[in-house]
Order: sequence, then C-alpha cells, then structure tokens
Amino acid sequence: MTEHFTLSRRGFLASAAATTGGLALGFPLGAGAEQLDKLAQPEINAWVVVQPDNTVIVRVAKIEMGQGTLTGLVQLVAEEMDADWDTVSWSYPTPGENVARERVWGSFGTFGSQGIRTSQEMVRQGGAAARAMLLQAAANRWNVDPGEFSVERGVITGPGGETLTYGDVAEDAARLDVPESVTLKDPSEWTIAGKSLLRLDTADKTDGSRVFSIDFKVDGMVNAAIRQTPVQGGTVAGFDASSVEGMPGVQRVLQVDDSTVAVVADTWWRAKKALDALEIEWDFPEENASFGTEDLEAMLTEGLTAEEAFIGNEAGDVAEALGKAAQVVEATYSYPWQHHVTMEPMNATALVTDDSCTVWTSTQNAESDLAAASEASGLEIPQCDIHRMNLGGGFGRRGASSTDYTTIGVKIAMQMKGTAVKVIWSREEDMTHGAYHPATKARFRGGLDADGNLTGMHMRISGQSIFAGLMPFALEDGKDPLVFQGLQADGQEGQLGYTIPNLLIDHAMRNPPLRPGFWRGVNNNQNSFYLESFIDELALAADRDPLEFRRALMQDHPKHLAVLNKVAEGIGWENGAPEGRAFGLCQHMGYGSYVAAAAEVSVENDAVKIHRIVAATDPGHVVNPQQVEAQIEGSFAMGLSASMMSEITMQDGRVQEENFDTYPIVSMWEMPDVEKHIIPSGGFWGGVGEPTIFVATPAVLNAVARLTGKRVRELPLYRSGLRLS
Amino acid sequence: MPALTVNGTRHEVDAEPDTPLLWVLREQLGLTGTKYGCGIAACGACTVQIDGQPMRSCQIQLQDIREGEEITTIEGLSPDRSHPIQQAWIELDVPQCGYCQSGQIMAAAALLRDVPEPTDEDIRASMSNLCRCGTYNRIRAGIKRASELS
Ligand code: FES
Ligand code: FES
Repeated sequence: MTEHFTLSRRGFLASAAATTGGLALGFPLGAGAEQLDKLAQPEINAWVVVQPDNTVIVRVAKIEMGQGTLTGLVQLVAEEMDADWDTVSWSYPTPGENVARERVWGSFGTFGSQGIRTSQEMVRQGGAAARAMLLQAAANRWNVDPGEFSVERGVITGPGGETLTYGDVAEDAARLDVPESVTLKDPSEWTIAGKSLLRLDTADKTDGSRVFSIDFKVDGMVNAAIRQTPVQGGTVAGFDASSVEGMPGVQRVLQVDDSTVAVVADTWWRAKKALDALEIEWDFPEENASFGTEDLEAMLTEGLTAEEAFIGNEAGDVAEALGKAAQVVEATYSYPWQHHVTMEPMNATALVTDDSCTVWTSTQNAESDLAAASEASGLEIPQCDIHRMNLGGGFGRRGASSTDYTTIGVKIAMQMKGTAVKVIWSREEDMTHGAYHPATKARFRGGLDADGNLTGMHMRISGQSIFAGLMPFALEDGKDPLVFQGLQADGQEGQLGYTIPNLLIDHAMRNPPLRPGFWRGVNNNQNSFYLESFIDELALAADRDPLEFRRALMQDHPKHLAVLNKVAEGIGWENGAPEGRAFGLCQHMGYGSYVAAAAEVSVENDAVKIHRIVAATDPGHVVNPQQVEAQIEGSFAMGLSASMMSEITMQDGRVQEENFDTYPIVSMWEMPDVEKHIIPSGGFWGGVGEPTIFVATPAVLNAVARLTGKRVRELPLYRSGLRLS
Repeated sequence: MPALTVNGTRHEVDAEPDTPLLWVLREQLGLTGTKYGCGIAACGACTVQIDGQPMRSCQIQLQDIREGEEITTIEGLSPDRSHPIQQAWIELDVPQCGYCQSGQIMAAAALLRDVPEPTDEDIRASMSNLCRCGTYNRIRAGIKRASELS
C-alpha cells in the first residue's frame, strides 16, 4: 500500500526529511538521545521504559482504533524482552517528539493494514535491544558474562542462582549504548507473541472511563459546531451572526474559512442549536451543484467503453482470444459510494497561542495532523504538537490524507487565541462531509473455449480514483495504480490469484465531484466483488463447478488456493448444500494476506438469510489469534453493510444520506455467526484489519445466484429487489 | 433550576428544558461514558437506564424527566466493573474501538435482568444498538457468559 498521508508541502517535507534519518537501517534506536530529557520517563531505548517497580512501558507508534494493533505490538516487544506480561503497559509518543528525535519511531500512519506488518521488525529489535542492555547492566553489576544468565518474566538469574529484576537494573541499562545488532527470536520460540492474550485496553471500555477525543476536556474549553459547504467547491456568501448571537451560551459566530461557518458556545449542544438556527448563504460552482446520482451513472457508463484507459494488468492478446472463443460471456457491475460512519463523529480540540498550537484528537496518522496544524496555524512544526486520543473507529477516515477535523479545529482556535476549542461534527455534518469510498463500475468480457476453459478476459473498470481526489502527487503519469488492488500480475501486496492466458485489466478514470477516501479494504472491495462474481458467471456459462473452475486457474497460486480449499472444506462443498440452500465461494488477496470465504444461504420472500459463513486467512504470521478472529467478524459486518444495505447518493451536488436512518448498517439482527480459519503459512507478514472485508459479499451473492438464478450486479442488494434477513 | 438524579446523586443543572439528557450528562455532569452517535435514536450509543429500562438519552429532554426517576449511566452500573456484563465483556474481549460499548452494556444489562438466560433469538430481538466495528458475535457470547456468571 502506498497511502501517503499528507497533501501539504510543509508536512511532506517534515515527514520526508524524517524518513531518511536511520529508519531505512531498520535500527534507529540511538537517534536523538540528546532529547531524552524532554521525555517524562527514563528509557532503556526509544521503545522501552522500565520503571524501578519492574513495570514495563512500551512506546507505541501506531494507533489503536479497535483493530488490536496496540496489544499486538506490545506483545512483540515483550516477547523479545522476556518481560513479565502482567507488568506491561504502553504509552503513545507524540508526533512532535517523533520529529524532534529524527523520527526514531518511524511512521505513525496506521492504515493499509500495516500496523503490525510494517513495524514488527523495528519493535522486535527494540525489545531485543532492551533485553540485551538490561542483561549487560546485570553483568556489569555481577561481573559475569551475560551469556550465563537465564531470564524469565523480567527476572534475571545468574549462574549461582542470584536474581535481579529488570527494575533493579533499569537505571544502569538506560546509560548503556544501544547495541548495534541483535538477534530476533524465531516465531517458533514465542511464548507471548502468537498467543491469544487478552487486549491491554479493554477494562476501561466497560465502565465509561476510557477518554475518546470527543470526551476530552481542558479547563476553560469552549465548544464549536460547524457547517461546511453542502456542495463540493462551494463558498460562504454570507450569514447574519446577530440572528443567533443572543442565544443561550453563544460566544462567537465566525467564518472559519471560505467554505465553513462555526458557532462557538459554552456547551456543544448550545453551539449546535444556534448553528441550526443560523441561515447561511452559499455560492456553488454550477456544475457541481447540479450533479446527481444519474450523472454519476452516465459518467461511469461512458467510461466502460471509452477508447482510452490506463492498463493495470496485461497478458497475451485478449482481442484475438475473444474473437476465437466458442462463447463470450459479458457482464457489468457497479459499486456505490460508501461512508465510513466511525461511531465517534469527527472532532478535535485545539489550543493556539502566539507561539504554540496543540491539538488533542482521534487520528490514524498524527504526523499528518501535525503538518495540518502547522499549515493552519502558520507556526513551525516544532511549535505544534498533537496528542493522540482513543479513536471511536477509523476505517481510513481519520488521517489517511483527510485531517480536515484538525485543520478546522485549529482555524477556529486561531480566532480565539489562548482558549481551547473543541469542534464536534454532528452526525449529519460528518456523513455529508466524508472521504467516500469511490464509486465505480466494471464491464467484463470473458472468452470460453469449447471445453469451457477461460481463454481470455477483459475487465474494464470505470470510475473514481482516490489518488486523483486526495493526493494527485501519487499518480503515475496520470494513472492510479491503487485502482488495481488485488488484480496485479505480481507483487506481495495483492496478486491476482488466477492465471488467464490472455488478459487485459484497465481503468477509465472518471472523477465525480465528491471527495473520495480510503475506506477499509479500499479498492479491493469492488475488485473482489466484480471479479469473483464474474468468475462464477463464467463457471455457470461453462457448466462447471465454481470450485473446480477456480482451481483450474489457480495451479500457479498455491497460497490463494490453500485458503479457498480451506473454506470449501469448512462449508462442506463436496457434500453440497442442504435442500433449499446454496453455497457460494470467493477468494482474493490484499494487504499481503490471502483470504477466502464460503457462505450458505437461503432466500425466502426476497430476504437473503446467511445460515453459515466461513472465513480463511493466511497472513503469514499471527501475533494474536483471538484478535485476528475479532477482525474477521468485524470486517464481515462492515463489508456486508456496504453491499447489502448502505449507499451514499447525491442530488443537486449534495449528499442525500445524513444519518443511520437513511444509511443503515448491519446490526445484531443480520449478523451471522462466522466460522474462522486462521492458517498462517510463515515466511511473510500480511495484514489483518482489512483483508477479510472483501470476501464475504461475493461468497454470499454467488450463493444467491446459484440458488435463485438471480445475479446481483449492482450494489447494494436492494437494487436487485432483495434484502438481507 | 431543573434537577435530576443520576447514579444515586441529585444534581441541579444549568440547561434549557429542551436539552437532551445525553448532553446534560456529557456536558453539565461530565459523565462522558454515555456517547453521542446519531442524535436520532438510531444507534443506541447514548443508552442509559431510567428506572432500570434502557432508554436512548438523545431522545429524552431534560423537561421530560420526572421527579423521582433514577437515571443510571455506565459510570453507575457498578462501582468496580463487577457487573456480570462487565466481567464477561472483559473476559471475552468484546470491545474493539469501544465507542458503542457503554450503550451496548447498558442495553445488555437491562436484557439480562428481564431475561436471565437469553437465547440467541432473544438477543437478536432485543439488542438493536449499532456497532460499526462489528462486535455483534462477541456481544452475543458476552451476554451468554454474563448469564452464567450471574
Ligand atoms: S445517539 Fe442516541 S441513539 Fe444514537
Ligand atoms: S466497538 Fe467500535 S463501534 Fe462498537
């Protein structure tokens, strides 16, 4: 994944400069040691603090948003340290500290299912180095070679049975040089990592004491409610502040920037009430203000047959193969806009003075918030900092190139220097100002020979590019390579699992006036739905079993095949579905992991019931199996929400859905039990938070088609006259 | 000044009579365990108990609260996370991000009191709170575990 995190030059420079500082060596533990005094705790190295009472605090660069990464990373460090798990806790460094220490903790960006896989080596080295330093400190004290020690749960035992705890030698260890190289444990030796330990952050989520950024308070804080232009590119033409200035609690009515108005009051509820009463005039760009879902439809449909397109994967000669085919199968599919709907709406608290800017917020990438705070306040990076709060969900909305909550918070605080301002977006503001899952269509033509073998396939994708909308600097000669997630010929990230002798996968980029964003699973969501539906359509046309048809194309892709075989076995494919039900399959690769699903469904009165759903994932290595299981279940809920129930539509340039009443998501009622198979094959590190999200939907819809003959090609489900039961 | 009893303590609050209980709890009383998710009774993040009944506090205005009504928020469910629902939630690692969980727990605790041994169908029928992280399977398991614990 190449999700960069900032649009602003200032931030880009800050982060780019920082990346060169030792991170590439994968072992930057000594960097910035002169900064240690600035940090509250004495540390062994950047990753580990050991307190005299033997408690171990692990510094965590990535952020926890529900996905379990926090616990997983601490497990990896504790494992290499041989720490006592019962005494381990964590802290989050700030991005300001990271910049000051030449980015000793690497990237804070937590997206692209990278939390564990891109930092596991670094944090394990941190843990191993801390262990070596603690042992060396004990060796110095006893005058014995550390090779003769044994260590268990943070207690060092010398050759004569004498013991010291990590806490006893922590202060000495902190003065030692960080070793230049360390040896990491083989995963087969793990006793803390790889185990289904309980999360470190559960208890205070059960009594209301966990502080999310929406809960954050600081003395003298005021609250802001905002309204942004309802049409992309619109600007504020005017408003009558005096009409609401006398309302209870109201302190300020102000224009935040060209496209945003805020009401500031003592409480947020009072700010919101006054904002609701405020009439705002807008100027809209005409083209955007007339755009609707029909225009999107026409725009994407035109792209399906357009002459020009960017090529993502090509082999052989498709035109010739289709020309010679005994049978050509065609189908067109579509995937609508989606909103993230993090359960905690966007918010931030900002405090600006003449020479400082401090923000407390829920973010997936505090370094891009740092850049945004600097940009919005006009202050230098070292004058700004971001305190990372607990996230009430992220899913790609918070900070993957969309730090608008921080920017707006700082801009309001700029107009009220010395006073902390918390800005909260109402759910309606949040839903109508998202960073939406892109809308696309795909048209397939597949050629079968007389024996029903797939000889050629053209997949034309038409639609929105996230890179073009959010970070055009990432385009490659105009092409968005991310559009082809899971469809690439090679690569460790998301390789197509089929060998098709003549193949063309291309993209006609069509960008409607609605900001796109990275939405859990990103382009894999539609790519998996498109391709895995069409593979089933081909199998049906060839009169072949969908499992056998896939297997024939997957002989060169043993890892893809292994997860597919696993779910086929799990659902009992060989035995066939019970009377009145059908099975469906799907496999795909994304974020470095191989994933598959199989579903058993029935359909009664147009209601689709998922009786069973089986998932398999091969992420290479697993750090906490029970948390991987939680991600499989959660991702299925979110993936099925998008395909079965929710869509964002547009009328007159305005997003029509404003809340859960018009944008429903899967609830307890619809959620099936999920049978989970985690089958790590070793040798690589794949992601966990996203991959399984894109396999549930095709498995269910393939089962529906086999049972009823009704092929769902347009999402969400109700467009085909069906609903989820 | 309007007054209300929350977690056994009586409070006078400086808020307009039409202020939703949710925002009275969060902003006047500092009880931020109760969450804002939708403001339209659709998500359940704001669930509290009033005289033991699960209620969506975003839909109850200050002026609707009657004298003598006992409001219980997540902070008042137990003094030490000892309610069986809390214990089960911790034992099974139910929460992901945790944002919806105060509401889930308040709804689940009310269900368990009315139906001490709920079936899957009971749970499906009565637990309508939304969870974007998709913790539904563990919530089901958690309620059953809590039933064993109580
Ligand atoms: S905030 Fe009350 S139901 Fe959603
Ligand atoms: S745990 Fe995140 S919304 Fe439920």
